[in-house]
Amino acid sequence: MELVSPNVGTIFWMIIVFGIVAFVLKKFAWKPILNALNEREESISSALNAAQEARKEMENLKAGNEELLAEARKEKELIMREAMALKENILAEAKEKADAETQRNIEYARQQIQNEKAKAINEMKKQMTELSFMIAEKVIRKEMADNKQHQAMVEKLIDEIKLN
Amino acid sequence: MPLPGKLIFALMLVAIFRILPVSAQPDAVYEKLTPAEDHLEEEFEAGKFVIEHVLDAYDWHIASLGDKHFSIPLPIILFSSNPELHEGKKLHVFMSSKFHHGHDDYKGFRISHTEEHNNKIVEVNEQGHEIGKPLDLSLTKSVAGAIVTSIVLLILVFAAVRGARRNSGRAPSGIQNLLEPVIVFIRDEIAKPSIGPHYKKFMAPLLTLFFFILLNNLLGLIPIFPFGANVTGNISVTLVLALFTFMVTTLRGNVNYWKEIFNPDVPTWLKFPIPLMPFLELTGMFTKPFVLMVRLFANMLAGHLIITVFISLIFIFSNLMGPAAGYGVSPVSIAFSVFIMLLDVLVSFIQAYVFTLLSAIYFGMATAEHH
Repeated sequence: MELVSPNVGTIFWMIIVFGIVAFVLKKFAWKPILNALNEREESISSALNAAQEARKEMENLKAGNEELLAEARKEKELIMREAMALKENILAEAKEKADAETQRNIEYARQQIQNEKAKAINEMKKQMTELSFMIAEKVIRKEMADNKQHQAMVEKLIDEIKLN
Repeated sequence: MPLPGKLIFALMLVAIFRILPVSAQPDAVYEKLTPAEDHLEEEFEAGKFVIEHVLDAYDWHIASLGDKHFSIPLPIILFSSNPELHEGKKLHVFMSSKFHHGHDDYKGFRISHTEEHNNKIVEVNEQGHEIGKPLDLSLTKSVAGAIVTSIVLLILVFAAVRGARRNSGRAPSGIQNLLEPVIVFIRDEIAKPSIGPHYKKFMAPLLTLFFFILLNNLLGLIPIFPFGANVTGNISVTLVLALFTFMVTTLRGNVNYWKEIFNPDVPTWLKFPIPLMPFLELTGMFTKPFVLMVRLFANMLAGHLIITVFISLIFIFSNLMGPAAGYGVSPVSIAFSVFIMLLDVLVSFIQAYVFTLLSAIYFGMATAEHH
């Protein structure tokens, strides 16, 4: 029975002891501890958020970089292709030009040859004429010397010339 | 080991090794040879031994060596309505050593050994008859144990406060590390789910309750002075704790709480003309803290009782079948005691948790918005 019957004195002292403990702890202890706890939790969660944000930003940056890289690659390809085309153009043009030059040279040479040929033919003709004349003169001289008939005809011719 | 821990440890050592020799000196503690006839026939009474072990006491018994009793005297404070029996004064304050372990009367007071007032101080008239109890405000062993626990608790918590101030915004250290997980547990697992958005107002009472109960439970298991007092196994102590929960609930109760009690949402015939439900609800207001009181008391008392019973088995056997049987039983007794002791460590945590959880639920009911 004594075990389960409350004792006035014990209750009185326990109210004082527990009251003081509860008051002191409430007044001076729990607030700073809970505040420190909250502060730390907030700082940790904000740090985590910041880290996540940074990671996201990093990802964005990476994506941007990749985009940039891809664009650069594309541009490079374009430039390469353009350069190739240009090169081919230039080559083709150069070739054309060279061809035309050659053609012209050949034409020129041919003309020269033609000219030389014509000159040579003319020269030949001239010489042949002279030769023929010479031969003809010689033949004519010989014929004339020993033929009275021919002499008469020449005289007649001369006469005719005189008449003219 | 951090500084506060060292401090506590040093205090414990000082308490054990300084107080014991001091208490053995005659002026601090009275040692008395029991009368010869008691000495001859000293039968071991297990029931008395066990009950006396868990009962509150006027002095703090540390050890008995043969006939010498070593104990710390505690102050006795008495108000008597019969000053003529006590040298004409109403208020009497003296140390419990004046009673010489209950063997002597002092100024007309006596520690009774009768069935009715066993182990309580009674007034004695001129003829030596016990005539009733004075108003007894003595600082008993349970209170002394609670004071020791409170000092340990304050040291621990203020070490944590210092850590919290020093490490603001940084990682916790030392005692702070010990308390913070528990505080977070109480906040996140007890207060938030049970109380809801107003939980912040109730953190201080919940934390105080939890740590006070837990520390009292745990220190009550340490069988070395200045610990080991059966504090939470004393119904007066748990009554005060339950009263605290009751006061917080009642003082913080909002309009809905009082409406639920005096005008609950039930059919009218349950409220009028006989206020059946209001009566039940009003009863519930008091049964809730009553249950808290009994649960903590019974659990902690049972632990102390069982450990003492297992230890007394040794003496029961040696009384019945000679010392050899006592020695034979002792390993079993000790093994069981250790097992129960470990179980009690678990129970200490569980009971502190249950008391705090139920208090939080009551606080939550007191502040719930109407739904």
